[in-house]
Amino acid sequence: MSCLIDQISVFVENRPGKLAAIAEVMEAQMVDFLAFSIAEADGFGLLRAVVSDPQSVVAVMKDLGYAVITNKVIAVKMKDQPGGLKEIANVLGTAQINVEYGYAYTKNDSAVLILRVDDAEKSVEVLKKAGFNLLEEENLKA
Amino acid sequence: MSCWNPRAEEMSLEEIQRLQFKLLKTQVYRLYSFSEFYHKRMKEANVHPDDINSLEDIRKLPFMYKKDLRDNYPNRLFVGGQDELVRYHVSSGTTGKPTVVGYTQRDLDNWAESVARAMTSIGLGRHDTIQVSYGYGLFTGGLGAHYGAERIGATVIPASTGNTERQVELIKDLNVTAICCTPSYFLHIAETAEKMGISIEKDTKLRTAVLGAEPWTEKMRKRIKDSTGVNAYDIYGTSELSGPMFTECTEMNGMHIWGDIAYVEIIDPETGEPLGPGERGEMVITMLQKEALPIVRYKTGDITAYEDSPCPCGRNHLRIERLSGRVDDMLIIRGINVFPSQVEYTLMTIPELGEHFQIVVDRKGVLDTMMVRVELKPSAFSDKLSDLIKLKKNAEYVLKNSLNVAAEVELLEPGSLARFEGKAKRVVDNRRD
Repeated sequence: MSCLIDQISVFVENRPGKLAAIAEVMEAQMVDFLAFSIAEADGFGLLRAVVSDPQSVVAVMKDLGYAVITNKVIAVKMKDQPGGLKEIANVLGTAQINVEYGYAYTKNDSAVLILRVDDAEKSVEVLKKAGFNLLEEENLKA
Repeated sequence: MSCWNPRAEEMSLEEIQRLQFKLLKTQVYRLYSFSEFYHKRMKEANVHPDDINSLEDIRKLPFMYKKDLRDNYPNRLFVGGQDELVRYHVSSGTTGKPTVVGYTQRDLDNWAESVARAMTSIGLGRHDTIQVSYGYGLFTGGLGAHYGAERIGATVIPASTGNTERQVELIKDLNVTAICCTPSYFLHIAETAEKMGISIEKDTKLRTAVLGAEPWTEKMRKRIKDSTGVNAYDIYGTSELSGPMFTECTEMNGMHIWGDIAYVEIIDPETGEPLGPGERGEMVITMLQKEALPIVRYKTGDITAYEDSPCPCGRNHLRIERLSGRVDDMLIIRGINVFPSQVEYTLMTIPELGEHFQIVVDRKGVLDTMMVRVELKPSAFSDKLSDLIKLKKNAEYVLKNSLNVAAEVELLEPGSLARFEGKAKRVVDNRRD
């Protein structure tokens, strides 16, 4: 069981309708989004998402000509209450792990933090040791 | 050296020039006598055929302009009767009224002869199967390449443009060895083949491409060679000259202009003064044997330079270098001359960017702005915003360095710019005066 999860990243032009076009592709593929974020820079953006079946989404999008890749991220369950983020940040900071970016979603009573870090395996190790619950690839299916 | 017409192709420079003078003199007498247009022009310029006593005396003759063809639409420049005419072609008229060109049988023969020599000089012959993927019809590209290829005895596939997947299938199934098309359409065919899971290098016999009708670059040649294994050759010609006529030889070092067919001058586009070998300027062409639509000192608007030293291939017919733009394609951005071909050349130096781009020129207040929209290569994509920003900034930096004018770069999704089967439209100019 791996706690390293595939996240897809798609290059998106910052123009009306471009995101809709991508969303349409995903819808046609019956993709289930667990979490996503849009980062914007100078005239373009990046759509990052954790989805139920990343490999097939990537294959379809590549065929359609999109610039798309997958990256390993980790997904940490946290308490949906004040201070939840601080504990995680502390653990990673103490272990000298750098967080590149992150985004979160809440479901029922729990929140899940998706993190892209510079050393994913070490993060999994230290977070588990500190008692955190990490989602596994299997948890994302269905 | 394998020649199509050894007697013509093996002439020394002196022999070529002697023949050119003879042909010029004959043509000028003929036009003075039979062409109302040239007669009037020569009178106005105060020059008589008897004043042409050397090849250099051609400079006494007045220039001919694209405008002359439009002003005399459709056929008032034609010499000889309707009975002599065997074909018309009509140019698209992207910048105004269309122009009509006409041919006698001898004009068509000379055109095919020129293309036959050119194709032979790049090693094509009767053993080859040549797919002609220039548009057939009013445009000269399709039929021009077609008759030249037939003349050398090659097997011709008149594919024309469009239905690109079918084009790829034909290349594969009919063992096509050479293709004639525009450079942008060749890239499109290569992309399509890749999408279809067909490797041009491994799955087809295609090894030669004759690319023309729009400017392209040396970098593009290398990229085509590296990605498809195809040797790409440049071909030149415009409908006024007949159509595509002249190519590089296997030396890939300039396009041979057959001296018995055309006489080339390179002039300073501003002053009209003649320029020497290696000096870049506007090409002025005189067609020495054309009958139906005579062309004398025609300002092509194409920017190039000539080289008249003997070519290592053994031919002494002068060569013109790859066109570096058109006088009228030239954009003036904040007073600085910018050629779209320079932009293309510069973008090609950045491996993360694709071949397709668009230049958008606008005016904000009194200031011209230039934006270069270019597609990202899927393989170059990383998940890091900082990498993409760096790429954009780097592209802006190298453009500024090579053009001397600032350009904003917009990164586009792969495949988002329109693909062109004919001439690519790279420039959108939104400035209004």
